[in-house]
Amino acid sequence: MADTEERLRRTMMFVPGNNPAMVKDAGIYGADSIMFDLEDAVSMTEKDAARILVYEALKSQNYGEAELVVRVNGQDTPYYPNDVKAMVKAGIDVIRLPKVESAEMIQMLVKDVEASEKEVGREVGSTHVMAAIESAKGVINAAEIAAASDRMIGVALSAEDYTTDMKTHRYPDGAELEFARNMVLHAARAAGIAAFDTVFTNMDDTEGFYRETRYIHQLGFDGKSLVNPRQIPMVNEVYQPTEKEIENAKNVINAIQEAKLKGSGVISMNGQMVDRPVVLRAQRVMMLAKASNLLDEEGNYLEK
Amino acid sequence: MKNSVNRELPEELLKRLSYEAFETTEIGHPSIQRVAPTVHVSTGDDKVVDSIKEVVKNTVKDGMTISFHHHFRNGDFVFNAVMREIIDQGIKDLTLAPSSLTNVMNDMVIEAIKAGTVTNITSSGMRGSLGDFVSHGGLENPVIFRSHGNRARAIEHGDIKIDVAFLGVPNADRLGNANGMEGDAVFGSLGYALMDAQYANTVVLLTDNIKPYPNTPASIRQTQVDYVVKVDKVGDPEKIGSGATRFTKDPKELKIASTVNDVIVNSPYFKDGFSFQTGSGGAALAVTRYLRQAMIDNQIHASFALGGITKPTTDLLNEGLIDRVMDVQDFDKGAAESMHTNGKQQEIDASWYADPDNKGAMVDQLDVVILSALEIDTKFNVNVMSGSDGVIRGAIGGHQDAATAKLTIISAPLVRGRIATVVPDVTTVVTPGESVDVLVTEYGIAINPNRKDLISALSSLPGVPVYSIEELQKMAQDKVGEPKPLEFTDRTVALIEYRDGTLIDTIREVKD
Repeated sequence: MADTEERLRRTMMFVPGNNPAMVKDAGIYGADSIMFDLEDAVSMTEKDAARILVYEALKSQNYGEAELVVRVNGQDTPYYPNDVKAMVKAGIDVIRLPKVESAEMIQMLVKDVEASEKEVGREVGSTHVMAAIESAKGVINAAEIAAASDRMIGVALSAEDYTTDMKTHRYPDGAELEFARNMVLHAARAAGIAAFDTVFTNMDDTEGFYRETRYIHQLGFDGKSLVNPRQIPMVNEVYQPTEKEIENAKNVINAIQEAKLKGSGVISMNGQMVDRPVVLRAQRVMMLAKASNLLDEEGNYLEK
Repeated sequence: MKNSVNRELPEELLKRLSYEAFETTEIGHPSIQRVAPTVHVSTGDDKVVDSIKEVVKNTVKDGMTISFHHHFRNGDFVFNAVMREIIDQGIKDLTLAPSSLTNVMNDMVIEAIKAGTVTNITSSGMRGSLGDFVSHGGLENPVIFRSHGNRARAIEHGDIKIDVAFLGVPNADRLGNANGMEGDAVFGSLGYALMDAQYANTVVLLTDNIKPYPNTPASIRQTQVDYVVKVDKVGDPEKIGSGATRFTKDPKELKIASTVNDVIVNSPYFKDGFSFQTGSGGAALAVTRYLRQAMIDNQIHASFALGGITKPTTDLLNEGLIDRVMDVQDFDKGAAESMHTNGKQQEIDASWYADPDNKGAMVDQLDVVILSALEIDTKFNVNVMSGSDGVIRGAIGGHQDAATAKLTIISAPLVRGRIATVVPDVTTVVTPGESVDVLVTEYGIAINPNRKDLISALSSLPGVPVYSIEELQKMAQDKVGEPKPLEFTDRTVALIEYRDGTLIDTIREVKD
């Protein structure tokens, strides 16, 4: 698994855990994270089959650089203990717990994960977790959930259940999600972890998808949960930095190197001091530029 | 003996059927003597015949070679009507030499074989129950599979001597001037049938639409036709169109198509005036759409598109992105109608399209082709003929012919279900790896090591990982495991000719 701090998480692609063809092909679309679903996508009669399928896939298939996530069944279901045990044993990167409403739920997950790690001989602490927030209570408690464990890598808003809980439904302008999005995002940022926006399910409304993605990009989300691989290039396009942003970022990176060479603790560019936030933003821009295939081998901007 | 693609060919068979073993895709510059048909002289006033029964009685004798075209595909009514009459008249020992056999013909062919009416077959391909029947030894003499270009060559050489050609057409006048573009059962280009019309000793047209004389434009001409038979219906318009006509939404097909497009656009051939052939099916249509955008973005237009034509290709013609479309067949109604109305679409016969023994064929001028594969092996040899069970279930079509293009791209998923597409050795070699340049799968591409120029052009494309073909084969095997080898008997049930008429592979009877 790659460094959780520095990872790009623009796209988290849902893959139904009971669909062998989709599980097998999940690696070919270039998703930053692949989320195998054992929960809502899988009917009761297929829970065991899906768990076995995803387990075998994780053991045998090569998903390249993608971060591998599994959505286990909820803690109030009989499937949860076996889901956690099997996925820890399979070496999953991240376990995503649905319907999280409190820090205790995450702490319980972490306890169960740790027990499984010890049982299967996996390094303790190597399994990461994340929370899906799907209710008013979860949104209100987002901050404590995000900070509940140092295994936490992110929080995701799940709008379908949330809007039902709020006695509303989804609208094209997303006003009903404004509070929840900002709560989840702030909770994630305060805890120093990633924030994932909810899915957009209407594959025929490309313009609506772009609009929503640009909006959550502007807010500061790391990325979005996705239901279809065709959405991946669209999200990546929105997150792709401009040529100007890349040139600026390169100047900052050069200034850092210059400062290092001089042995100076202060980074300056065009005679002005460069703040830490500027450095961090520059590093993220360069990472996005690289992931968007906008740089050549020497880090120069490639004309598209 | 083994031929140059390492296939064991029975010496006895080579000798008995006087075959040369396949050596190379190079055709060279031999001088070829072509044949000419017998002409039954007539002023043309007595060609119209009332019934198939009568025309069969007048024309077909034991031991003859008869032919049909497959432009009606699965909407064909002509083949079954004529064969019914031939079987019922007790005619024996015929060689069946259609341009191809479609599923709707299967039952009738099996019946004709069982009745002793048909004892030899040469075709582009066969599928379904007929493929199964032949693969299980149902026909004593081996079927000869020939590409469309090779069929044209074989007819011109006299390797196939057609005694009677039964050609269904959606219109004809009383002397036999006909085209494929007007009437109820239109299919556009008559490309394959034009060979039969030109070279058969007796040409019988069957139509449900007798037009006033003279009927123009005439693709088949009165100078070629002996009989015109009026029938109720030549075909079912609903079933003539083949393959997908809509843009696929399958993300895997789209991924492969977009990678195919990346390969084309970054190849040395993507420049103003280039030419291409795509074929039918959802993925091919998707490639056409990506290519359209790339042509607009790069301000590049194509000099011609070739082969089996679909509406997305004629749309590019109408947009001015292609100068000419050369139709040997039309896969959908849109393309067929466009050929009728658009003067920049040219009907071409199979010889003009792809005959290797020619003064230049269209495929010799082709820059880029995208082809499919049931299997491709680590030598880049391609199988489009036999399934993973060893049973015949495909057609060569123009595969071997178009693969001589300057850039031949095979587009195929790494695995289909639990069956590997990329394998150590294909079950049947149809197109030799020598003529294949790039394999595109959903995981990445492999470039034929002989193509150093393509390796340097395509090796650092963003988002297009390049593997060796061996690596892709291993990847496929890691996914689906290693299958038990297929079991065959020693009996040869089919021969695969290369387009020059040499023997590239054989298919043996499957052991159950």
